Amino acid sequence: MPHSASRSNHAVPQIVVDHLTLAYGETVIQQDLSFTVSRGDIFIIMGESGCGKSTLLRHMVGLDRPQQGDVFYEGKSFWTVDAATQARMMRRLGVLFQSGGLWSSLTLGENVALPLQLYTRLPEHDICELVALKLALVGLSGFEEYYPYELSGGMQKRAGLARAMALDPDILFFDEPSAGLDPMSSRLLDDLIVELRDSLGATVVVVTHELESILAIGTNSVFLDADTQTMIASGPPRVLLQECPHPKVQQFLRRRAPV
Amino acid sequence: MSDPLAFSCPPSEPPTLIVHLSGQWTLYDSLPTIHDVERQLERMPSLQRVAFDAQHLAQWDSSLLAFLLKVQELCRTRELTVDLTGLPHGIQRLIALATAVPERSSPKRVQPRESWIAAIGTLVLSILDRAQHLLQFLGEVMFALGRFVRGQARFRRADLALLVQDCGAQALPIVTLISFLVGLILAFVGAVQLRQFGAQIYIANLVGLGMAREMGAMMTAVIMAGRTGSAFAAQLGSMHVNQEIDAFRTMGIAPMEFLVLPRILALTLMMPLLCLYADLVGILGGAFVGVTMLDLGGLQYFQQTRQALTLTDFFGGLFKSLVFGVVVALIGCLQGLRCGNSSAAVGMAATSAVVLSIVVIVICDALLTVLYDILGI
Repeated sequence: MPHSASRSNHAVPQIVVDHLTLAYGETVIQQDLSFTVSRGDIFIIMGESGCGKSTLLRHMVGLDRPQQGDVFYEGKSFWTVDAATQARMMRRLGVLFQSGGLWSSLTLGENVALPLQLYTRLPEHDICELVALKLALVGLSGFEEYYPYELSGGMQKRAGLARAMALDPDILFFDEPSAGLDPMSSRLLDDLIVELRDSLGATVVVVTHELESILAIGTNSVFLDADTQTMIASGPPRVLLQECPHPKVQQFLRRRAPV
Repeated sequence: MSDPLAFSCPPSEPPTLIVHLSGQWTLYDSLPTIHDVERQLERMPSLQRVAFDAQHLAQWDSSLLAFLLKVQELCRTRELTVDLTGLPHGIQRLIALATAVPERSSPKRVQPRESWIAAIGTLVLSILDRAQHLLQFLGEVMFALGRFVRGQARFRRADLALLVQDCGAQALPIVTLISFLVGLILAFVGAVQLRQFGAQIYIANLVGLGMAREMGAMMTAVIMAGRTGSAFAAQLGSMHVNQEIDAFRTMGIAPMEFLVLPRILALTLMMPLLCLYADLVGILGGAFVGVTMLDLGGLQYFQQTRQALTLTDFFGGLFKSLVFGVVVALIGCLQGLRCGNSSAAVGMAATSAVVLSIVVIVICDALLTVLYDILGI
């Protein structure tokens, strides 16, 4: 992990989402989203299926342009800068996609190595060592020569995480990390997320509706509602569980059917 | 077997119709329709209540449930009360479950009827939108090419080498087969006419000119559209579906440079080479017919071909194949990147890449042929 000057600047929140409106064409998905993510947070974006959690993530990492509003990283605007600056900022973000998003024509080793080859001038054997290290961090030592389709879903997720960490990002984004995983793999991934946050000092943003994960690892959160198309609660999930008066949040966090 | 549906109306207050259900009510039996109930209700306008008797009901499944829901709906429109207590407990619970959440009106997509003027407008707008996408795509390709020329483009040289192999050497067998046969066909078609005048030797001119100026480039392009253009579209399309393209973009790697540029370079480089090869194999095909069927000597055929052809003819064909290579690669990549988010969309991207490529190839060919004629080439 690089220790840049901005890293020690604890006064500025790491991510500020400012009055963001997400829309595809004329279909508004979510509007007027504003929240901040502090350094070292495991920030949960939660809500029912189809409420726009993953869409919000896509807008935060630069895959879709918001209709209104902006996202600030370290106080710097993400959506008003030129493409080159934005691309540089995107390199500070690591994303683990719902399906892993591994490049299927490359081996795991090549998947992790590619960003390093493109963006650093490291000699090949250093890159190999780094790749081995990243794969070891996610428990996939010795899988360098495997292709993604030769792995189980959980292993693909972890390999995707190794690639997301390739350039030592400041912020890691997870899109439904436990989707399609058995409870043990899901728990393993949760532990890994906490471990990485603690050891690397990264900030983590997780899109999920997995209740156990939310309550176990989340240090802060925002709750998106599909009906009102905006956020209806924010705060640490455990606090929301005890104190949030909104019936939908309570139903969600207590796993109750809507009445 | 008794009738699965029967009615009785014992004197009671309020006046009640009892629906007797009996026997098998499964999806595999032919069942009474709601019209029987409807007719019964019409016959007795004084009814206020509908109840059920299911004592002789044997087996039932969702067909009975669907029937009962229709009865319920019918009763609601006629303002009759429905008493479900005579039904088995399981059915009562299923009906409660099915009617618990009211039907949502918004997600059912009702296509509003459009007037023809609006339809034309929508069509024009979608064409404009596509044109804009196309221009944007071409612009991005140009930028990527510019970066490539300046040595700034980011892509794996190994990928380019693999693509060159795929677009070049690995296409040789099919190009060989098709070109040989096309040369052969040209020779056959000409032979029938020319033999009448004893001018068989001019088969060499026909085949040579036909292959070099036209068929070599055209057939290679059609083969590559079906073989490689569609593969480009399917590869990029499935990468899009698997979020692999998103992964490139979040890493700040431009898919245009990393994926599209090497494909365009590889196909554009290989197409003229394949075309030249196809020309030669086609001429061999013609010679095969000439030597084996028209009693021409091999050397004689070769000499005649040399006299008939100029380098200009070859270069004209090669330029065409260069254009076709660009067309096939661009359309394949464009369709792949525009692919939707489903497996069906990948198939559609591949298909439309082939169809569109062939159409554009033929149009370009026509334009170039006219242009060559004007320029006197």
